[in-house]
Amino acid sequence: MKYYTYFPGCSASHGGAKAYDLSARAVAKAPDVDLIELDDWNCCGSTPYTAVDELASLCSSGRNLALAEKRGFDMVTPCSACYVILNRTNSSLKEYPELKAKVDEALAAGGLEYRGTVKVRHLLDVFVNDVGYDEITSKVQNSLTGLKVAPYYGCQIVRPGPGFDHPEFPQSLDRLVESLGAEAIPFPLKARCCGGSLIISEEDIALGLINKLLDSASSNGAECIATVCPLCQTNLDAYQSRVNKKFKTSFNLPVLFFTQLMGVAFGIESQALGLEKCIVSAEKVLAGCLNR
Amino acid sequence: MKTKVLNGKNLAQEISALPGGEGINLCIQCGTCSASCPNANRMEHAPRELIALARAGMYDEILSSNSMWFCLSCYLCTVRCPRGIKITDMMHALDRVATRRQLSNARTQTPTMYKSFSDFVYSIGSIPEVGFMTWFYLLSNPLRALKMMPVALSLLKHGRLPVKARRLKPEAERQRRAILDKAEELEGIL
Repeated sequence: MKYYTYFPGCSASHGGAKAYDLSARAVAKAPDVDLIELDDWNCCGSTPYTAVDELASLCSSGRNLALAEKRGFDMVTPCSACYVILNRTNSSLKEYPELKAKVDEALAAGGLEYRGTVKVRHLLDVFVNDVGYDEITSKVQNSLTGLKVAPYYGCQIVRPGPGFDHPEFPQSLDRLVESLGAEAIPFPLKARCCGGSLIISEEDIALGLINKLLDSASSNGAECIATVCPLCQTNLDAYQSRVNKKFKTSFNLPVLFFTQLMGVAFGIESQALGLEKCIVSAEKVLAGCLNR
Repeated sequence: MKTKVLNGKNLAQEISALPGGEGINLCIQCGTCSASCPNANRMEHAPRELIALARAGMYDEILSSNSMWFCLSCYLCTVRCPRGIKITDMMHALDRVATRRQLSNARTQTPTMYKSFSDFVYSIGSIPEVGFMTWFYLLSNPLRALKMMPVALSLLKHGRLPVKARRLKPEAERQRRAILDKAEELEGIL
């Protein structure tokens, strides 16, 4: 059994990406990965908090790191935004002693200390590097043979790094998809931005970026997109109809969390994977592989 | 070009003293950042220009522009910069300076969006998506909320719009509060 401190993040835990958390927990069981949720974690603050108040943002994410340090395991999150911010906190505390002194003092006010030893990892990293492709293949009950998947990494899982994959031409998700029996199609924009949170404040800009991504995936023959981030999933899935309206396109590409695809291949029933939560239905493209 | 040079030297010093801002002295103006940015064409000043303006001490020009608010935090500039400048971090450092100096009159709703998000992080330590969006539309443009109804309804229909916020246990919340209160007392790092 491999043990990890699990940090689901707001979106997967209680928000629109509940299917990510459900499917992550469900697929972790097969290869003996124990995701032990951090008790009483708080929001990492994501990028917006760093753009408003640097010290408070470091203290907020620092509290999580300090709590995780007591347990001694690697901290794993399925959310790319949490991943980038928790890692940023780690590196800022190492790089800026003056900042660290203030963060230490604030944490001490809450009875905590952080020595900087927690390794923050993305869930994809754990599956591909700790579990491994062969082990994943060995758990496959319904091979996804013939399914054409666009492996979409987005930004913050590979950048700024240094991380577990190439910052511009990553391969880990491609290989994971292939270890499930599916085909990872060539997807030139696989590590490009979906617009992130600017979908809320600058919708037109984000829709333009989403349109390019959907176009690249679809023109390369994808039947669905695999994502590693709650916000990427929401932008590509929930806003797909708005892209169609704005650009007079007719995309109909289901956008699945990579853990949902793993779950389907592992033979886990669709309810336990939250597949019904996809706005662009995945039922048709997965019809051949689903365990009901 | 409307440019006021105000206290310019101090601004360059201020930026280079911030985490992420120190790199502005290393920049060789190659423009790799601007060429990599998916949003550079919407920015009044692309990242390379921002650095040039900061060095020239063009205070108002930078802080009142929309540039840093259009940063998507995709970090493409950061990984490509041949001088290792943390440009994404610099953009968010500029967000903070503009906000503190009350100069963020850029024609974008991003400052309001960041504020609405941060209000929840600060007050309850979690992001209830419905609450956050409602708060954002109230602070920005309530009429836009109507335009968003189709997206909200499709999320709701698929069980993806929970109304209830996640709350920490009382003793954990007290701890979080104590940490943030202390951080507030110690402020001074933007």
